[in-house]
Formats: sequence, structure tokens, C-alpha cells
Amino acid sequence: MLSEDEVKKVAEMARIELSSEEVAKFQKDLSSVLDYVDVLKEVNTDDLEIVSSVTGLENIERPDVARLIDYQEEIMANAPERKDRYYKVKSIL
Amino acid sequence: MPEVKWEELELHELREKLDSKEISSVELTKYFLARVKEQNPELNAFITITEEEALKQAQEADEYMAAGGGENPALCGIPFAAKDLFMTRGILTTAASKILENYIPPYDATVIEKLKEQRAVMVGKTNMDQFAHGSSGETSFYGPTKNPWDVTRMPGGSSSGSATAVAAGLAPWALATETGGSIRQPASLTGISGWKPTYGRVSRYGAAAMASSLDSMGAMARSVKDLAMIAEVLSGQDEKDSTTGPVEVPAYSKLLDASLAGVKVGVPKEYFVDGMEEGVEARVEEAIAVLKEQGAEIVEVSLPNTKYGSMVYAIVCPSEVSSNLARYDGIRYGHSTQAGKDLFEVYAKSRAEGFGDEAKRRIMTGTYVLSAGYYDAYYKKAQRVRRLIMDEFEEVFKQVDVLVAPSSPNVALPLGKAANDPLFGYIADQLNIPGSLAGTPGLSIPCGFAKPSDGGDKDMPVGLQIIGPQWGEQKVFNVGYAYQQVTDWHTKRPGV
Repeated sequence: MLSEDEVKKVAEMARIELSSEEVAKFQKDLSSVLDYVDVLKEVNTDDLEIVSSVTGLENIERPDVARLIDYQEEIMANAPERKDRYYKVKSIL
Repeated sequence: MPEVKWEELELHELREKLDSKEISSVELTKYFLARVKEQNPELNAFITITEEEALKQAQEADEYMAAGGGENPALCGIPFAAKDLFMTRGILTTAASKILENYIPPYDATVIEKLKEQRAVMVGKTNMDQFAHGSSGETSFYGPTKNPWDVTRMPGGSSSGSATAVAAGLAPWALATETGGSIRQPASLTGISGWKPTYGRVSRYGAAAMASSLDSMGAMARSVKDLAMIAEVLSGQDEKDSTTGPVEVPAYSKLLDASLAGVKVGVPKEYFVDGMEEGVEARVEEAIAVLKEQGAEIVEVSLPNTKYGSMVYAIVCPSEVSSNLARYDGIRYGHSTQAGKDLFEVYAKSRAEGFGDEAKRRIMTGTYVLSAGYYDAYYKKAQRVRRLIMDEFEEVFKQVDVLVAPSSPNVALPLGKAANDPLFGYIADQLNIPGSLAGTPGLSIPCGFAKPSDGGDKDMPVGLQIIGPQWGEQKVFNVGYAYQQVTDWHTKRPGV
């Protein structure tokens, strides 16, 4: 079982605020997922390479050609807060 | 003349009727829009109905077809629905989440672009499990989709709305996606045909990312012949997705071959799991007997690592989810909190308010298993077991051409069954996930009906899945096509 502190730490890393009820709920949920996958420990995986490419394709390239993008305003229109052509965020420093 | 039930026609029939001017695209589009508007309040298959755009597209398709000048594109003028995670320029795209509740994409997904080139007509965006996290349709922020065979039951998921839309005849076909089992499982539960492509066969560009090493863009339709037509249009290399390969796209629909003589069909014994419903097992055995009668050689095979598939997935999928969903920051687009005092709070509160429980669960599971100290024990371990599963598929396809098995161990469950079960999706998709981890293509096709073991009184559809080797779409289509030449399960429709 994950501890309360572990759940809080994970939530902080994942940038998700949790209420205290949620901490208890996800403590249970995350633990049940981790218990579920625990069986994998029994599988012998010595000498097996991790999967990093599913179909084995390598070095798929495309010509490095500049393209004109004509939808800057459509992109910016989705910003919750903006000033002119800039995203507006809370002060960082 | 008797009134034509256009929703009962297959795509090649609709193509003929449009080409011969028996019906116009505008008429056909109005017909399906009327069905959507009539039935969607009960079925909740669509999040957005794009009536205005659809009628405009249909008008343009009619003008194009009237101008003549050669053969019309296969899907020209034919309506379709798109799962609401495909970016559609200027049209709301929510991924069934709150965090994207107002998101208007500035660009089209590659598959949407291809369908626009065809002059296909999009009638709406379909409901789904939120961010495709789930196997019931119930994690949608916009409420669950109903199964048209029994509206007290789930249609499966995550492509819940696409499945119900096709099963209920609200659209001739629908775009869908599969990461674990999100096409095959709902296709099975709603009695339609569904195609999960080889990983990299269809561009992922412009589909809201879930787990990038697994996400596959496919389709749901009324028959395998329909799916082969659609596959020809959607497939191919895309410079915007470097996991699409320089692999030729065969003319799948023209190469369909119903002769099973000499075709070796493997039946993996591990797919007949404990807890499988009797009716499901019986229908699948009957379907295998049909294939045998048609000349296929049935071979019992073993894939002993099948049981680990869902566990590998329960690590790999959330890991990739946690990375992909990091982009939702409440700053560039999507829901943003009103309560954030500093930047950290803007992130943490926007995400807390915008994501549903299943998304939170997967993001945090992924964050945990990827974090320092756990990465080797969980993520690397899982990707090694995944290698074992991939090797096993590669080996088995040296012995047989395709595999057949149940698409799901059970028929559709009652709505509410998935609620608050953190393992629901992993168990529900246990027969689909191993093939997804191995990047193999698959079909689910209807193979009869069975009573639910929970005492429900309505017969519900059962699905047979056909799995092929990577890039082996044609083999899979051929076996499904052959089966549908001698059976009529795929023509059965719910009586609504």
C-alpha cells in the first residue's frame, strides 16, 4: 500500500491538486494497480531487450522544408489568457 | 417504390447509389442527420452534431460528382462520424473531457485531411471514454453512451459513441481509435465490424495522444468489405508521424479473397479464459467451425504469456499517458482555473478541475512508475515482458496465417459496472491488449448472440477477433470477408 505521503508526492510531480478525500481514494486505487502488476516479477526477463520500437522502423526521415503556417490566430484564440500575441501567465519570480 | 433504409446499405452499395444519382449526398446526409437527431437523446453517441458543416460538405460533394471527370473517390459524398479525439479544424474537439470542453483545433488530423480530400461528409463527433481511458464509455465527461441492443447496457469503449453510432445506423461508418482494445471490444459488444490497424499503418497525427507506442487509428463499419475500403483511404506513410512506415498500401478491397483453402487459422488456447461466458465460447466455437467448413486449417496454438499482457499494459499505458497529458497546463489551451495564486497552482488546480478520475489515476500511476527508483522495477520490466509477448506473436505467425479468438470474454455488461473500478479496463481488454502491445492488426466481427450471464433477458452480440502479423491487414480482411460471405450476423441490427 502506498503511503499518504507517497500519493501526495506523486500528485505534486504530476501537478494535480488533491483533496484529502482524494488522497485516500487514490492511495487505494494506485495501490490496487501496483498490486495487480506485481505478478510480473515472476517473469524471467534476463537477456530481453526493452521494447523501444514496435515495428522496428528506423531513421524515418522527411525533407527539411519550411512550411507556412497560416493559423497563428486560431492557435492563440484557444489561450485562456493572452495579451496580443503572447500567452499570459502568473509571475514566475 | 418501397422506402430505402439507407442505414442498412454497405459502403460499396452507397457508392453505387451515389454514382448512379439514385440519391444525392445532401439527401443521404439529411437522412443520417435526421436519424442522429432522433436517436441521440437516448443513445448519447454524439458529443457534437456538425449539421451545418455536413450539409456544406455534402453540397460540395454533389457538385464534384456532378462535374464528372472520372471515377469518384471511394468515400465521396458518404457520411461518417469521427471519435471526438480527432482534431477537426474549427470544430469543437473535447476528447470527452472537461479540460478540452471549449477547445477548437486550429488544424485537421491527417485522417480528417484524407477524408476531406475524398469529399467524405462528417456528420458529427462521437462520445468516448475521456481521453480514451476506459472500456465502457462511462468515463466520458458528457455522460455514458448506451448500447442500442439494450440501453441499460454499455457499448464498450473507449470508442463507445462510434460503436453505437454505427450499430444504430446513425452513420454508415465511423473513425475510431484503439490503444488496448478500444475498437475491437466495443465493436464486439455492439455487433459491428471493427478494424484495429497495424501500429504505424495509419497516421496518428492530430489524434489526441494517449499512449504513443500503442495508439492506432482505425474504423468501425457494417462489414469487412467496408473496412477494407476505408483502410485503403486511411493508410499510408505520413511525414507528420515518423512511426508510419514506407510500407506499400495494398488495394485491400479489390484484393479481398473469400477462399480459405490452405489458410492456417490458429486458435490460441489461452484466449479461452476462466470466467468467459458460456454463450460467448459457444458462438466463437461455431464461428471457428464455419471457417473450417470453408477450407481453413484450424490449428491449436499456445501463447503462454497472454496473461501478462494486461499487466504490462497497466504500466506502459499510464506511463505514456502521464507524459502525453503533461501538455494540459491551463495556459496555452483548455480549461484554466480561476483560483490559481501562482504558476504551480494554475497547473495543479486546472488539472484537478479538468481531468476526470480515470485520467488522474493513469497520470499518477504513470508518474509513480516512471519516477526515480521505480523506473527499472516497473517500466523497464514491463517493456521487457512486452518483448516476450512480441516474440511470441512473431513465432506463432511462422506457424499460422492468422489467429482467431473471442473479442471479449463477455457480452455487454450493465451500465455502471465500470464505476470506480481502477482495473476495469485492463481486465475488459485482456484479450485485445497482447496484440496491441505487439503492434499487430486485428478485426472484430459479429458471430452471433448470447444471453448475458448476469441474467439479462435480451440476447446481446458476440464478437470474433482475427489477429494477423504486423502489416498483415490483407490476411485478416480476407478471413473476415470469407466468414461474412457465408454468415449474416453482420447484417443484424438492433430493433430501434
